[in-house]
Amino acid sequence: MSKISLKNLRHSYLPNPVSDVDWALKTMSLEWSDGGAYALLGPSGCGKTTLLNIISGLLTPTEGEIWFGDEEVSTTPADRRNIAQVFQFPVVYDTMTVYENLAFPLRNRGVGESEVDSKVRQIADMLDLTDTLMTRASGLTADGKQKISLGRGLVRSDVNVIMFDEPLTVIDPHLKWVLRSKLKELHQRIGTTMIYVTHDQTEALTFADQVVVMQEGEIVQVGTPVELFERPRHTFVGHFIGSPGMNLLACKLDRGQPVYDGIPIRISNNVTAKDASSRLEIGIRPEFIRFADNGIPVNIEKVSDAGRFTIVETRHKSDVIKLLVADGGPVPSERAFLTFDPDHTQVYANDWMIS
Amino acid sequence: MDNKTVNQKAWFFILPVIILVAFNAVIPLMTVVNYSVQETFGNNIFFFEGVRWFEQILNSDRFHAALLRQLRFTAIILAIEVPLGVAIALTMPKEGVWVSVCLVFMAMPLLIPWNVVGAMWNIFALPDIGLLGHSINALGIDYNFTRQPFAAWFTTILMDVWHWTSLVVLLAYAGLRSIPDAYYQAAKIDGAKPWAVFRYIQLPKLKRVLTIAILLRFMDSFMIYTEPFVLTGGGPGNSTTFMSIDLMKMALGQFDLGPAAAMSLIYFFIVLLLSWVFYTLMMKDEAR
Repeated sequence: MSKISLKNLRHSYLPNPVSDVDWALKTMSLEWSDGGAYALLGPSGCGKTTLLNIISGLLTPTEGEIWFGDEEVSTTPADRRNIAQVFQFPVVYDTMTVYENLAFPLRNRGVGESEVDSKVRQIADMLDLTDTLMTRASGLTADGKQKISLGRGLVRSDVNVIMFDEPLTVIDPHLKWVLRSKLKELHQRIGTTMIYVTHDQTEALTFADQVVVMQEGEIVQVGTPVELFERPRHTFVGHFIGSPGMNLLACKLDRGQPVYDGIPIRISNNVTAKDASSRLEIGIRPEFIRFADNGIPVNIEKVSDAGRFTIVETRHKSDVIKLLVADGGPVPSERAFLTFDPDHTQVYANDWMIS
Repeated sequence: MDNKTVNQKAWFFILPVIILVAFNAVIPLMTVVNYSVQETFGNNIFFFEGVRWFEQILNSDRFHAALLRQLRFTAIILAIEVPLGVAIALTMPKEGVWVSVCLVFMAMPLLIPWNVVGAMWNIFALPDIGLLGHSINALGIDYNFTRQPFAAWFTTILMDVWHWTSLVVLLAYAGLRSIPDAYYQAAKIDGAKPWAVFRYIQLPKLKRVLTIAILLRFMDSFMIYTEPFVLTGGGPGNSTTFMSIDLMKMALGQFDLGPAAAMSLIYFFIVLLLSWVFYTLMMKDEAR
């Protein structure tokens, strides 16, 4: 096991990439430390699967290097990279039993039968597959099959990293939670680096210690779930994570102070005069807005109950501002004023947070 | 609770289908059943004979020989066409312009009318002027499909392989294309060798299309008529007289309507039975 480093990685599916849009992955450098639980989060088509396939060796990057510890593996084929991957749709060998499925990667590598047997039984036990070991893999339910896919990675003792490519897509909702806690438990037990690709923020934020958010082939932020929530570095992270997402309001600078429609707003980051030429926006999460006696005048447009809190949609001129009110909290009926928590209000210049 | 509306007029909607099926299947089949239990000496006078013709056919050496010939032929062409078709499908390109080129090229034999195929191969295999026949003889091998039973069989089988392997290729190719990439990727990560990929991924995934391919080829080859009729006419002697050729000789050559009708029914049930047995065997695993 070792740390994984990506150095100036770039990839295009086209033979002669010219413009920016030809690159499925834009230049990126990243380090994944040994034993971490990572999530790659982003909308469909943002390049997360491409990145995953580059790490696993199913794709060779157009530019850049991949290092596993002290060894460069950029051109090493998948079967010699010591990685395991669980795919979106469960991949099992239909004609084999569960046992044979789990033994397959070991037998292909010429491991002795007695070792295969003990390893398979150990992993089957870990994944609660012992009862079905001798049945045909094709008869299992989707979550059972997905466990086999995972098991085929776990049986190998030389695995550097286990990668998951949206593994819960075809799993029933009530089993998703079960499987997710199982993964978390496994990670704590065996300590192998895990990279989890998903477009579901709940999955990413509950599974990972570090979340890598991607958009259009670019990494926009790497951070803990809390960092992503409280300090989104990019407006994309702001509205992709959180439900409802971050409010973004166009603003101007007035003597170094951000002003929204004539109202000065106190913020947590420092804006300088040189930012004045960029497109400036104030970002504030609905969780950090409160009703007050004065501030931004708004009309209440819609109130929806979301269980433990109420989502209130308000309007100031043409801007919609959403805020959350704890369940039972008072909601004014028509007109109200809003204030923003200055510690959680940031200004973004051209979508990036000013730091 | 049963809320269905009862309306017997609905029967009228299926009337056209009933009429169609009656005229193109049931009535012709019933006339055959009718012939199979009667004897006629002309003048449209018929005598009831019961199961006599069936007993006669089932006990005749001629029928046994034709059936055996037929089974042997079908077994041989299945043993060649299925593995060969899969092998060709595996080597076909997966993307690019060559895909269409290959597909069109493969589909060509399937588009040629059967009697034309027979005529083509007849000329192709003629020992004196045919390209194939002449070439074989030029190699020093005595080859004449109109005189040697072995040469006749060889030519008939080669013709059928040429004509129908494409069908297996096209079906297998479609089956191969529908295997998601993730399977190949997983196999790669698991360190599977090409043979293991074929044995544990491609072959199992091809099972359904191959079942269809084998069934189609079984039924078609078991009922083969036009091509060998044009190529060899069932000869030399009776060596390539397959079931349907034998049936035609009996029905139209000798005008033995009763035995011919009995034979066609037996023939029909053999095809049905073998197809059923085969399909059940292939699908047995699926149900588990």
